[in-house]
Amino acid sequence: MKSFLIIIWIIAAMLMLISTRSAAQDKNPVFETDDCIICHIQIEMMPADFHQNDIHLQEGLSCAGCHGGDPSTDDPELAMDRERGFVGVPSRQETPEFCGKCHSSIEVMRKFRPRIATDQVEQYFTSIHGQKLKQGDKKVAECVACHTAHSIMSANDGRASTHPLNVPGTCKTCHSDPEYMKEYDIPTDQFENFTVSVHGTALLDNKDTGSPACNDCHGNHGATPPGLESVSHICGTCHANNLNYFSSSPMEKAFREMEIHACEQCHGYHEVIPTSDEMISVGEKSVCTTCHSEGDVGYTAAVEIHKDLTDFVQKYNEAEKKLQEIKKKGMDDVDILFALQEANQTLIHTRTLVHTFDPLQVEEKAEEGKEKAIEAINLARQEIEDFYIRRYGFGFATIFITIFVVALYFKVRSLD
Amino acid sequence: MKTGSKIFQWLDERFELTPVIEFMSKKKVPLHNHTIWYYMGGVTLFLFIVQVATGILLLLYYRPGSDSAYESIRFILTKVNFGWLIRSIHSWSANLMIFFAFIHMFSTFFTRAYQKPRELTWVTGFILLVLGMAFGFSGYLLPWNELAFFATKVGTDIVGVIPFVGSFLLELLRGGEDVTGATLTRFYGIHVAVLPAIFTVLVALHLLFVQRQGMSVPENLKDLPEEKMREMPFFPHFFLRDALLWMVVLNVLLFLAVFYPWDLGFKADTFAPAPAGIKPEWYFMFMFQTLKYLPAHILVFEGEMIGVLAFTVAGIAWMLVPFWEVKSRKGMKKNVMMITGVAALTFIIVITIIGYLS
Repeated sequence: MKSFLIIIWIIAAMLMLISTRSAAQDKNPVFETDDCIICHIQIEMMPADFHQNDIHLQEGLSCAGCHGGDPSTDDPELAMDRERGFVGVPSRQETPEFCGKCHSSIEVMRKFRPRIATDQVEQYFTSIHGQKLKQGDKKVAECVACHTAHSIMSANDGRASTHPLNVPGTCKTCHSDPEYMKEYDIPTDQFENFTVSVHGTALLDNKDTGSPACNDCHGNHGATPPGLESVSHICGTCHANNLNYFSSSPMEKAFREMEIHACEQCHGYHEVIPTSDEMISVGEKSVCTTCHSEGDVGYTAAVEIHKDLTDFVQKYNEAEKKLQEIKKKGMDDVDILFALQEANQTLIHTRTLVHTFDPLQVEEKAEEGKEKAIEAINLARQEIEDFYIRRYGFGFATIFITIFVVALYFKVRSLD
Repeated sequence: MKTGSKIFQWLDERFELTPVIEFMSKKKVPLHNHTIWYYMGGVTLFLFIVQVATGILLLLYYRPGSDSAYESIRFILTKVNFGWLIRSIHSWSANLMIFFAFIHMFSTFFTRAYQKPRELTWVTGFILLVLGMAFGFSGYLLPWNELAFFATKVGTDIVGVIPFVGSFLLELLRGGEDVTGATLTRFYGIHVAVLPAIFTVLVALHLLFVQRQGMSVPENLKDLPEEKMREMPFFPHFFLRDALLWMVVLNVLLFLAVFYPWDLGFKADTFAPAPAGIKPEWYFMFMFQTLKYLPAHILVFEGEMIGVLAFTVAGIAWMLVPFWEVKSRKGMKKNVMMITGVAALTFIIVITIIGYLS
């Protein structure tokens, strides 16, 4: 009995040890060993934006890691002695180099993130922000303006100011403030336009991080407005096929000669609206009639392409309607679904081919898609037919069963 | 001598069939105002046979597993010849079987056919109903669709509140802490092997009891002199009437399967939040709804636990009716039992309706 109690005590003691150890592990040791943090917490002088999940703090880099000084003494004068390496708070102009001390050094950075880039500072000074900072502009964004000073987190962290979902909000802080941007003579409605665009709604409303934020077109550290030549290349990084078709079309030369932005001319830029087949038509929503008028080749092409597209879409919609009918009837929709998926793929391809501005190519693809849609419609008709055959089958079965029941009834009557 | 007679003689010589046939041919069914209720058990039996037949056919294509169950049912519905019909009949027949089992049970209760000497017929019948509901519960999960998945989650959660053994039973049923593919294979095993084995034995016993003891006669006719008692032979008179009714039920089943095919729904997504309006099968609704009405705590006990215990006690009491009913005071006996039956039936119907309306 005695030995049993001893074992219980030992187990209990071990469990307590384990639990105490876990609690200590959970807490960042910096809070107990770093005298800068201990004192600044005590005198309630912590930076306003301080966050204990700051990536530097998580990696064991405390105040002295950036600001210098001696974190091992609780004497403020010794701790913040310039001779002990204390550098204090850097000015805006000093900030890029201040962060670059580590972030531009592959030797330092590879200890933490072996694949991290170390050319941020270099890129930054190629950006408008960096160039203006060099010229003495104290309002332009430097590292802290976008990354914050004491709550820096990985761009993959949803809380980070640089997370794709938060980037538009981060840029908006300055770029949507007319008062702040007054002296720069650039518009301040980019964020407003972006929120109603296809990209903005996908990113901000649907949380689709595959959709571009500001930095995906303008660059990160080397942020600069894309020039005339590069707009189409920027759109083309994602919309590669559209760009390829456009580049090999006769329109490319015409656009270049007229100094028109390739994509922006029809689609806009920050306020890129959802596309529709009406854009390539001669109707009210047409973008073609901006330059083309009745009788010219472009006008005729727009009419033909629009007709091919709408014919195809009409068939596709008809097939989709049939699919809904099949689903409602509880019939087999698998093959119809596959045929429709193929038709849908072809529709996307046809719409992409619009950027060739070649009615023949569009017509060929549209015909291919129409055939797929017709296949889906025929399959659906077959299923609907089957649906009614089941009912006729039930009718025949009922007749046989009724005859049998009546016969049984007469047999029962005759027995009685 | 004809071949048929020769075979019969050969069998008779070895198994003494003549006395059995004689017994069967002398079997009579009483004729009175309540004769209609005698057919309910037969209809339930017929639907069970349909279940076995369609169940075996479904087994040919069904593949248990969280990655294959839904797909295999979809295959049955869309690609297998008459698969849609078999699956729909199986689902409809399951529900009708429980429905007719309830009617059979309450008609037995109200005509007081459970009294001596038919106590064990009643007990086996009640166990068959419980097993039928277990069939329904285990079969409901097999398509691995959204509704079934969450209904099973809620249903098995209820098992977890049983004191002492709840968490053990919960893990035993689920094959782990959550409803997963392991639960599906367990339910499959229970549905196609464990339950059918027990059910078949009990059905055989139940039928044996009925055949051995004959049909019960309502109390008011028991004292009639033998010459005034109207009867009809079981074979072929009653049997043919049974067959006639079975054919009508078969036609109804076909109608339901063709015009109201059983929905497959969407495949279960174990990570998705539970969709709104998750409801159990209709025959569990009265219990589910009652548990919802109970407060979180009754005294120091969990409300749900008290509810589950109360239903268990009520179920056992109902199963043992033939034993405790006899002990009631004479004169009051009929009224007390009638009130109990009407109260139970009204409770089940009203709460089920509320469950569907809320």
